[in-house]
Amino acid sequence: MNLTLKVWRQAHANDTGSIQTYEANDIPVEASFLEMLDIVNERIIIDGGDPIHFDHDCREGICGMCSLTINGVPHSKDRGITTCQVHMRKFRDGDTIWIEPFRAKAFPIVKDLMVDRGAFDRIIAAGGYIDVRTGSAPDANAVPIPKHDADASFDSAACIGCGACVAACKNASAMLFVGAKANHLNRLPQGEPEKDKRTLALVRQMDEEGFGNCTNQYECEAVCPKEISADVIAKLNRDYGAAVARDAVAD
Amino acid sequence: MNALGKALLGFWESSIGKKLIVAVTGIMLVGFLVAHMVGNLLIFQGRESLNDYAYFLHHFLHGWGIWIFRLGLIGAFTLHIIATIALVRENRSARNSRYAYDATVQAPRSSRMMIWSGLTVLGFVIFHILHFTIRVDPDLAAMKDPMDPSRHDVYGMVIKGFQNPIVVLFYIVAISFFCTHLNHGISSLFQTLGLRSEKTRWVIGKIGIAVTIALWLGFLSIPFLTSVNILKDKGSPEKSAAHGASVEEVVKS
Repeated sequence: MNLTLKVWRQAHANDTGSIQTYEANDIPVEASFLEMLDIVNERIIIDGGDPIHFDHDCREGICGMCSLTINGVPHSKDRGITTCQVHMRKFRDGDTIWIEPFRAKAFPIVKDLMVDRGAFDRIIAAGGYIDVRTGSAPDANAVPIPKHDADASFDSAACIGCGACVAACKNASAMLFVGAKANHLNRLPQGEPEKDKRTLALVRQMDEEGFGNCTNQYECEAVCPKEISADVIAKLNRDYGAAVARDAVAD
Repeated sequence: MNALGKALLGFWESSIGKKLIVAVTGIMLVGFLVAHMVGNLLIFQGRESLNDYAYFLHHFLHGWGIWIFRLGLIGAFTLHIIATIALVRENRSARNSRYAYDATVQAPRSSRMMIWSGLTVLGFVIFHILHFTIRVDPDLAAMKDPMDPSRHDVYGMVIKGFQNPIVVLFYIVAISFFCTHLNHGISSLFQTLGLRSEKTRWVIGKIGIAVTIALWLGFLSIPFLTSVNILKDKGSPEKSAAHGASVEEVVKS
């Protein structure tokens, strides 16, 4: 199949960057989206050019490394998949495809389509963990957890931290990511003792990183490759309100 | 600064804190709108009901009541606007490069123009207060209740105020914009207050739409029915049986 690619090229973090047009001809319909970019890159290298830089790792939809905004939608318009799970059979011969990085001030562009998602790591470092006594693992079932809580926590733990929620949000807000991380631990008995401290720390770090605010439009939920519900944002709001109230008045 | 002050400042400076303020002041403002609409609908009961109600509003708690109410309302309105503008500024700065190909998956149109529909509401509120509260039009300000010339004739003022088709059109357009703001705002406040979950998700959008439609119909019924001459001021004092009887009794005695 023959395609026209409109690709964001940016030489380095401080470059202004622009959309460049590439003709991608004779692309096998069985190729994945990233394989299509690999083919285009090989041709660019043969022609002596600088290949298009993009992030990828496992190519199995579980690592959260691939990014790319495809025709304005992070990980493409198909639901519940990452960019590496997009296949060229979803496109038609002659299509024009716009490929851009995940855009957010908190995700500075490193080069072309690669962005620095270190802000997420710093949020996790601020509160996305539990303090535990290290040593041998406790017995399974030693801590009883209601099935509903275990399921809800697990749904949030499915977050792979890819940043599509931020890229899709009209305000570049990280509330779905932070909501998932808070809900993952706040729901469990192991996370309960540090619930308020964690919630306050996660939100404080999120704000410091320069992410926007949630306006309840749920674009994040629509593009999340792990289909995490925006209900986790409501839960984060509730936990935050309660944490602030307890922090303000309780000992 | 003490610990309580620090906690409150942190709350204001945080994204979720300001959103909670927008949600709580939003509830207060929606509550006011519902009460205002119910009060307005007294116009369909006639001049006496509406004017009695207006008289009550201006005189309960020896005239202090309305000012306590107004100050609360102004406070909520101001906080709602200040917090929202702060949030919007943060949102604008959170994305410093725009998408060349901008797509929207599921965000409704009303949610994407909240700041503009909100500013329309602000403009409308200013016009509405000048029109019917401060009454800059001397003809409207001078109207007296034919049954009790010591008090203002709210009933006559409303009907006279809606005789101008441009004013009616302005109310219809502005209140419709207002309602797009309410539709997203009302369903949003459940999310912000943390009340949206798998159990409640199905009903929250419906509450937003139902309240919005009720307010839209309730508020616009008055300018609309006045402009098509169904709701009209008959001119002469329409004495109700009770009011008429009491006047006669006074005359007899």
